[in-house]
Amino acid sequence: MSNTRVTVPGRKRLMRVPDAWKNPLAISGTVIVVLWLLVTVFAPWLAPFDPLAQESARLLAPNGTNWFGTDALGRDVFSRVIAGTRTSIPVAMILVVISLLFGTVLGAVAGFLGTAVDEVIMRVTDVVLAFPSIILAMVIAAALGPSLMNAVIALLLVSWPQYTRISRSLVISLRSSEFVIAGRLMGSGVFTSLRRDIAPNVASPMLVLAAADFGSAILLLSGLSFLGLGAVPPAPEWGSMVSDGTSNFSAWWIAAFPGLAIFTIVVGVNFMGDAMRDALDPRSNGRLS
Amino acid sequence: MARTADGLVLDQVSATHHQRGGGTLTAVDAVSLTVAPGEVVGLVGESGCGKSTLAKLICGLQPGFTGAASFNGIPIRPLTLARRPSELLRIQMVFQNPYASLNPRRRVGAQIEDARRINPGTAASVVDLLDQVELPATAANSFPHQFSGGQRQRIAIARAVATGPTLLIGDEPIASLDASLQSKIARLMRELAREVGASLLFISHDLSVVRLIADRVVVMNRGRVVESGVTEELWANPTDACTRRLLDSIPIADGLGRLPHFEG
Repeated sequence: MSNTRVTVPGRKRLMRVPDAWKNPLAISGTVIVVLWLLVTVFAPWLAPFDPLAQESARLLAPNGTNWFGTDALGRDVFSRVIAGTRTSIPVAMILVVISLLFGTVLGAVAGFLGTAVDEVIMRVTDVVLAFPSIILAMVIAAALGPSLMNAVIALLLVSWPQYTRISRSLVISLRSSEFVIAGRLMGSGVFTSLRRDIAPNVASPMLVLAAADFGSAILLLSGLSFLGLGAVPPAPEWGSMVSDGTSNFSAWWIAAFPGLAIFTIVVGVNFMGDAMRDALDPRSNGRLS
Repeated sequence: MARTADGLVLDQVSATHHQRGGGTLTAVDAVSLTVAPGEVVGLVGESGCGKSTLAKLICGLQPGFTGAASFNGIPIRPLTLARRPSELLRIQMVFQNPYASLNPRRRVGAQIEDARRINPGTAASVVDLLDQVELPATAANSFPHQFSGGQRQRIAIARAVATGPTLLIGDEPIASLDASLQSKIARLMRELAREVGASLLFISHDLSVVRLIADRVVVMNRGRVVESGVTEELWANPTDACTRRLLDSIPIADGLGRLPHFEG
């Protein structure tokens, strides 16, 4: 158990910001992501208009009232971009968390048990990974019919194998490492060994992978919606809004603003992921000497 | 057959490794060896002579060995997915690579604490254990990466001692350390082993360090025991060519700048 810390006078403070978070990219990434999260939480209060109501003139260019203009049906693009956070961000989070947990546990089981279990699990992941993920997701989503739920199911089915592969290889290399063996020699059972020695060393690379994957989950989700396989109109969703814009190229604002929203959050999340990778490496901060 | 005070008894044990391409390599070939309670035995030999395989075998990390191996009368069984049998927990190992033998994500104190928990008697406190290996009490709150190789090896030794071992195995514990530290760490292991009443099987390829700490030396070559005897006798009159080769490989600080010479 880790709560057996010995208290010794003069120990360093633990809760300090690691250096990895102190570079401009990490800070800007974090600021962008936090802003988007705030928008997600306060979306109904931030949107000046009802995202579904057709209350303005059609195809208005950005102006003082409709900051991002209006779309072909006279809906306010600004309100729709803000309302879109409530689709993309929580759904992408759920997607990443589920595939992270499922993929990691499956990979750990395969790596730890080896033999036939490993063979079966890895051949299934090979099959899934053999298809380009967006195309496989399109096929599955198309087969299930267009709806946000089906898009999520399709993306879940294609996104777990990458976690499985990495967690398996981490567990295999850890299983034979000397500190894990030392733990076993001191009487740790399989579960203690997994919890105490293996899991903490698998968790941080997996979290970094998940952070990076959050950006691509948003992209894939918007991609499916863009193709008409995800969110169903008139629901405000960034991908389907970009798709709306393609039929009105002269009204650039319809596609540009949701596109910019996707772009900023993906970039922000990726910068954060890099900082997270550096910060979670215990060797990167707080060296003695 | 063996009584409880017999210590470690290996009788004609052999272990083979399967190589890529279907061949097998007999790493340990019909080795018989005893380590009596409280005894310090040095096991020396060149690289690849089977020393480490033998160490693994004793710890139960070598599945599928043949021959009889027992510890205080309890047969040594290879470790499976099940918990290690509690009677065999008294055999503990200090590994070669101090950079790999400590969990990088747990504090040193917690790792020693885990080891203390399996001590059948009353284990010394973490702070005392750290003190015994000449580390400050504050080390308990640090992570392994904050220490040098020598310090980590001390932590690994403190952890092994915390378990209350009756047989401590050092698998080349000094091989990755600076020359100036080697004899110091070796002596420390001997002292601590004696203090807790454990016997020590100290594996090394460096006969000059083993000579400093071992009561008895066993020389291995190509998986077999080629010579064994009381340290000083073996040092003075090596009978086997392999032992002589190991002795000849010790550099002599005589100011002549000679390199150790090798035969064959």
